[in-house]
Amino acid sequence: MKKERKPKLAIWKFSSCDGCQLSLLDCEDELLAVAENIEIANFPEASRLVVKGPYDLSLVEGSITTPHDAERIHQVRRSSKVLVTIGACATAGGIQALRNFKDVREFTSIVYATPSYIETLNKSTPITDHVFVDFELRGCPISKVQLVEVLSAFLNGRKPTTPTYSVCLECKRRGTVCGLVTHGPPCLGPVTQAGCDALCPSYHRGCFGCFGPKETPNTPSLAEYWKGLGMKNLELLHLFRSYNAYAESFRKESEAHEK
Amino acid sequence: MSTPRMYRIEPDALNELIQSLRQQHYTVIGPTPRGAAIVLDEITSTSQLPIGKTDEQAPAQYRLKERGDDAMFAFSAGPHSWKRYLFPPVLKLFSSRKNGEGFQISEELPSSDHEEKYALLGVRACDLSAIQIQDKVFGGGTYQDPAYVRVRNQAFIIAVNCTRAGGTCFCSSVRTGPRARVGFDLAMSEVLDSEHYFIVEVGTDRGENVISTVTSRAAEDGEVEKAEHLIRAAAQSTGRSLEPDNTREILYQNSDHPRWDTVAARCLSCANCTMVCPTCFCATVEDTTDLAGTSADRIRKWDSCFTLDFSYIHGGSVRPSSKARYRHWITHKLASWVDQFGTIGCVGCGRCITWCPVGIDITEEFRVIRETYLMKRGTNPNKE
Repeated sequence: MKKERKPKLAIWKFSSCDGCQLSLLDCEDELLAVAENIEIANFPEASRLVVKGPYDLSLVEGSITTPHDAERIHQVRRSSKVLVTIGACATAGGIQALRNFKDVREFTSIVYATPSYIETLNKSTPITDHVFVDFELRGCPISKVQLVEVLSAFLNGRKPTTPTYSVCLECKRRGTVCGLVTHGPPCLGPVTQAGCDALCPSYHRGCFGCFGPKETPNTPSLAEYWKGLGMKNLELLHLFRSYNAYAESFRKESEAHEK
Repeated sequence: MSTPRMYRIEPDALNELIQSLRQQHYTVIGPTPRGAAIVLDEITSTSQLPIGKTDEQAPAQYRLKERGDDAMFAFSAGPHSWKRYLFPPVLKLFSSRKNGEGFQISEELPSSDHEEKYALLGVRACDLSAIQIQDKVFGGGTYQDPAYVRVRNQAFIIAVNCTRAGGTCFCSSVRTGPRARVGFDLAMSEVLDSEHYFIVEVGTDRGENVISTVTSRAAEDGEVEKAEHLIRAAAQSTGRSLEPDNTREILYQNSDHPRWDTVAARCLSCANCTMVCPTCFCATVEDTTDLAGTSADRIRKWDSCFTLDFSYIHGGSVRPSSKARYRHWITHKLASWVDQFGTIGCVGCGRCITWCPVGIDITEEFRVIRETYLMKRGTNPNKE
């Protein structure tokens, strides 16, 4: 049998914390299998060796926050057959999209000694606002199980199984008792996409919404119900305005409580 | 048997019962307090039961409370139902390995000799009905679910009659409780006044064999009557009701009722109601491959009609709106279930009401639609 060329994988970083791409190194048990089946052609967190493109699969981490990045993402797209974004920054603008609700020039004038050195865009935007994205993998950070699933689906030419329903299904399958009903902390589970295997609720924490809005999220109903229980506008604003602040339904919900 | 065999056992003998079942290689599953709720899990002694604990339930609300006594079963249906054990949330159906150009499927998983032999302790009348409904779904008809049937046939069931109505349940109106009638090996009623004892009714020969291993005596009529009185009082103090007759006409004739829009505005389509429902039986099947493409697993997971994927066919989802999904759920549960399985699919346990994060109440939604139906027929719902 003819030895087939291994697909070339490239990992690209934009505005981000590196946590998502490190999930690949975090794969441990699966890492050898990944390396056996894929040529890691560009992954600065793991190796200085860079193999020239084009690449069969590009994983893009981070959001677009500078004019330079807005250019660079087009080069990445041109050199990639399949482009997959990984994480909340790349798919929704990330925590740095908090700037989108304020005046960035005001921030830079307070934070930096010489603000004129700072060349930055007014908004932090997801990759899909700039180039065509083949697949978006959610999470802050992404789940390594889902990452392996995406890689495995890509290698085997099938669709990845990454459900878009709520975190609640994962909670209930695990048998975790619902914190919302038992007077636990506020939980975004009912409006957040599954994928983390309901990690936080299993440690008696509310869901922080790391995986962004689920399919058909009814954020107004949840917010209205919580208001009825005495939650204040500012609390609601903070709940919806975090890692996925700029994802449409979370953005609209936080703006609805901006007073 | 003609007259039910009734025994009286003391609380200590309940522990003997658990030990006896364990000696017969049963994994005893029962209620146990954990964190903020009474859940179901393996128990090895009565000390793990929720002694002196109770729950207060309301729409979207569950609170664990202390009673200050020794009651072991003074609580209502909790967040878990027995379907976790008979119809597990995640189940690997098989593994397969690439074999030249084809593939080979492994031995059926899980292998039947590794399957758990469960004794379910504390099954309420509503949940007993739910098990009978799932028996029809998985065990009836032409195609049976082998994993369900195997675990179910081995399961030993100890029902507990309710002597207290929960905050959201409505079993007496849908005629499933609070007294266990059929489908148990043993059924217990807890009496706690000047004395603390259990009346045990034997349902099967298997039950008789097990009860004969523990310290017991024949129950006196007065003791049995005391238990029956408590069960009747529980039925009378139920706060909710759902009228189970004519559900098919009521729902089939009201698919355009404006109430569906009202409930859709509240519904989160989060699927919690279907996950906690003891009769909801939907599952999805996911295939996963390894990176090298040499092996693949097929895994079954609990699914819900509240997800978009559930009704996805070529071209899109059949029920894109929450309105369509909620209407489908309640119409299936209360109406088309009758066409499919001969009874409604609701047993009145109230879990969907308690565990809905925004407190949607199936009895209230159905009541509004039923009122419209009665009004159109010229029947005053208040006088009916």
